[in-house]
Amino acid sequence: MKELELYIHIPFCVKKCNYCDFLSAPADEKSQSAYMECLKKEIALHGKRLGVRSISTIFFGGGTPSMVKAEYIQEFMQEIRRHFSVKKDAEITIECNPGTLTKEKLEIYKSCGINRLSIGLQSADDEELKVLGRIHTYSQFVENFKQARACGFENINIDLMHGLPGQTVEKFQKTLEQIVALNPEHISAYSLIIEEGTPFFDWYEDDLCRQEEGKATKVLPDEETVYRICKFSQKYLEKHGYKRYEISNFAKEGMECQHNIGYWQRTEYLGIGLGASSLLENVRYRNVSDLQTYLENNLQKGAALGVEDIEVLTCSACMEEYMFLGLRMVSGVSKSIFQQEFCTTMESVYGDVLEKLEKEKLLVNGLKSVYLTDKGMDVSNYVLAQFLIE
Amino acid sequence: MAIDQSKIRNFCIIAHIDHGKSTLADRIIEQTGLLTSREMQAQVLDNMDLERERGITIKSQAVRIIYKANDGEEYIFNLIDTPGHVDFNYEVSRSLAACDGAILVVDAAQGVEAQTLANVYLALDHDLDVMPVINKIDLPSAQPEVVIEEIENVIGIEASDAPQISAKTGLNIDKVLEQIVEKIPAPSGDPKAPFQALIFDALYDSYKGVIVFCRVMEGTIKPGDRIRMMATKAEEDVVEVGYFGAGQFIPCEELSAGMVGYITASIKNVRDTQIGDTVTNVANPCKEPLPGYKKVNPMVYCGLYPADSAKYPDLRDALEKLQINDASLHYEPETSLALGFGFRCGFLGLLHLEIIQERLEREFNLDLVTTAPGVIYKVHKTNGEVIDLTNPSNLPDPSEIEYMEEPMVSAEIMVTSEYVGAIMKLCQERRGIYLSMEYIEETRALIKYDLPLNEIIYDFFDALKSRSRGYASFDYELKGYERSELVKLDILINKEMVDALSFIVFKDSAYERGRRMCERLKGEIPRHLFEIPIQAAVGGKVIARETVKAMRKDVLAKCYGGDISRKRKLLEKQKEGKKRMRQVGNVEIPQEAFMSVLKLDED
Repeated sequence: MKELELYIHIPFCVKKCNYCDFLSAPADEKSQSAYMECLKKEIALHGKRLGVRSISTIFFGGGTPSMVKAEYIQEFMQEIRRHFSVKKDAEITIECNPGTLTKEKLEIYKSCGINRLSIGLQSADDEELKVLGRIHTYSQFVENFKQARACGFENINIDLMHGLPGQTVEKFQKTLEQIVALNPEHISAYSLIIEEGTPFFDWYEDDLCRQEEGKATKVLPDEETVYRICKFSQKYLEKHGYKRYEISNFAKEGMECQHNIGYWQRTEYLGIGLGASSLLENVRYRNVSDLQTYLENNLQKGAALGVEDIEVLTCSACMEEYMFLGLRMVSGVSKSIFQQEFCTTMESVYGDVLEKLEKEKLLVNGLKSVYLTDKGMDVSNYVLAQFLIE
Repeated sequence: MAIDQSKIRNFCIIAHIDHGKSTLADRIIEQTGLLTSREMQAQVLDNMDLERERGITIKSQAVRIIYKANDGEEYIFNLIDTPGHVDFNYEVSRSLAACDGAILVVDAAQGVEAQTLANVYLALDHDLDVMPVINKIDLPSAQPEVVIEEIENVIGIEASDAPQISAKTGLNIDKVLEQIVEKIPAPSGDPKAPFQALIFDALYDSYKGVIVFCRVMEGTIKPGDRIRMMATKAEEDVVEVGYFGAGQFIPCEELSAGMVGYITASIKNVRDTQIGDTVTNVANPCKEPLPGYKKVNPMVYCGLYPADSAKYPDLRDALEKLQINDASLHYEPETSLALGFGFRCGFLGLLHLEIIQERLEREFNLDLVTTAPGVIYKVHKTNGEVIDLTNPSNLPDPSEIEYMEEPMVSAEIMVTSEYVGAIMKLCQERRGIYLSMEYIEETRALIKYDLPLNEIIYDFFDALKSRSRGYASFDYELKGYERSELVKLDILINKEMVDALSFIVFKDSAYERGRRMCERLKGEIPRHLFEIPIQAAVGGKVIARETVKAMRKDVLAKCYGGDISRKRKLLEKQKEGKKRMRQVGNVEIPQEAFMSVLKLDED
């Protein structure tokens, strides 16, 4: 039986951040508790069908999963174990935001088997945090981090963001120095993406255009600065023992996030909760994303779940995914696994593309695997688009 | 049933643009009861979507009307509507050849204008009797007396009894109808003579083949007769003859001398039918073809390429079909390194170019790339040879050129007095030579300039409208060629010359145009993995440069379980974008870039 990953979406937060376009919103205690009830029904429903599969990783994402009562998470963990067999060494992560964590919460997480924390810090600069609309300061984060260590969490990720308004290489270096001093096991460093419909989009729309055209900007760092920040952080992190293993992810040896690697290797996953995505038997789909509809479907119709964006993957779509997801990882894609999966060689499908991209020095076409060069990583959209078959 | 020739009136309506020609035609059709006002759609004869949208007549249209006159007799009117814009002069000339008389519509407020005169002269050339009508007398600014005097003095035709009408309200249309009977002569011609008819238009119908619109000069034709096109020598059996109802073809038994109607003969090959050709009967042919038309020469050329190169044959078919009823459209195949296979097309003017482009896109569903329009330059070579240059790529080496000439136009611009300054400045910028200015009224001036045609073919009209807030009207006619200092401006993208972007420009404007062109292209060309220099060069010497910076970062930072479908769409979009690009060397250029030269003067 193939392994299965589990993703649980908690769509609540204390306050929406200024850059956020995720499916999350503040909610009262009553909605939170109703929602958690629904999650239980949903996992029970899937348990009947998929319960024989063993769970290799669990990920509570959001929103802010650490915002709801820790007891809810605990109960839900029990529910998972009731319907599925969770592997003994399973990686079980919860996303947390500073300002919502307490010692008590952390202890409950620990007691129910959660063994990895992913803390959304974004910046060590209080000014930057304010602009982002975060609810916490840097020192609150440090306190949470220390509490987590005291509770015995030995696998902690910290999310950082570059390309923030007014950011310079020097400013980001300060953030990095402080984080590295705390010695977390894993660091994700993303470039800020300004999405339509967020306050950031309204504030920086003009600059955004300039940035895309490579022109001088007013508040957002220009393209060149963002590029230099990225390059600097890659070097800095490597130097301090964090190996880049994916476009935006760095980890100490052996501490890579198994759950996310699953996404890039096309491991099957089951998404539970509002708007959560799943990949099962080469079908991708998403749960309904309207909270009211989700709650009603779940409570009244006995968990007859609404899904949307159903995408049935053809063989060539699977090949495409194998390439454009796998190549996000520094280790790239394996030629033998490709052949096993698709009964044809990578060369016969992508020979021309590989040759062209290798000529452009964007990729290395090795004997056993194909992987991107540093430059290829920098312009990965350009590279990955070429793996789409007509 | 033979039709009494003396009861037929073949006429057209001519006018300056906007003087109300199509509205008068509508009113005539309505009042004679051919269509009830409920069936009337404004401007019945303008049945092309494009004509209704733009409020202009592009193609000539014909219709047969029965009119019961005050003398108690029934008359057959064959009314042929004609375009008013200078670009479509040749259409006017064709319609005229099918008529015996013309109604001249003059706006009671605006009086005689450039195109009024041009059309009258065309009509007189064809020996037509011209019958003036004063329109729009319901306007507060109408001055019918002044206009009558103007017609008599300027044109030299009697206008004292010209009906004073309002085509809009229907006032005095009855007077027009009576005068048609009185003043327009009945056709002559012997129904028993050998058949001889002039093709004045044609249409391709996928069921009937080519439908030939003709005016019968001599003889009679009926279904079953075998006809011959005298110029192309094609022979076919007549399937159907008929006349034009409002927007429909009505079959009849025969067409005889003096009548206007159509013939179908299962003509599948559109090349067999040429507008202006003479049709005769194989069994009893006429001795000589009719004089036909003066060939019209295109003034503006540009390259038309299918956006999807696989559509080249479709474009060729479409041009062929458009040409059967638009003899002034010229095209010949050409090849561009950047754009592949396409056609160099000749047009009568910019409006004509635009109309053809839009018809190709709408009626034939083609997606086109247009290169910068240019005019015909006369290149005098040192060996004495003179060549007509329609494609900048064919310019001989400068060492072989003695000198060059460019076409000039005489332009008349009517503008309200507050914008006179702005318009004169514009003409000055476009190398205009000031001729005169006179105030027609206290607030309206007529400015005359000689302008190089190549300065007005891009966007002169738009600039005129924007600088006068829409108050200027503009007319021009070709004046002749004048010697000029011209150079070829080439564009190099990543050091490679892009032939489709070259154009001929006045020497002193080369730097400015080159600079703007580079700027414009910089905005159009997406960033690549490497830096791309964009250069403008004259005779191998670079005169302007811009750089498209290399793309250093193009990453989607986050891609987890919920992002994968979205990521795919993003990549698909990126790939789709590439498909619509043209590859020049190792640079991909979006199709819009080739048209960017058209917009150089937008501020």
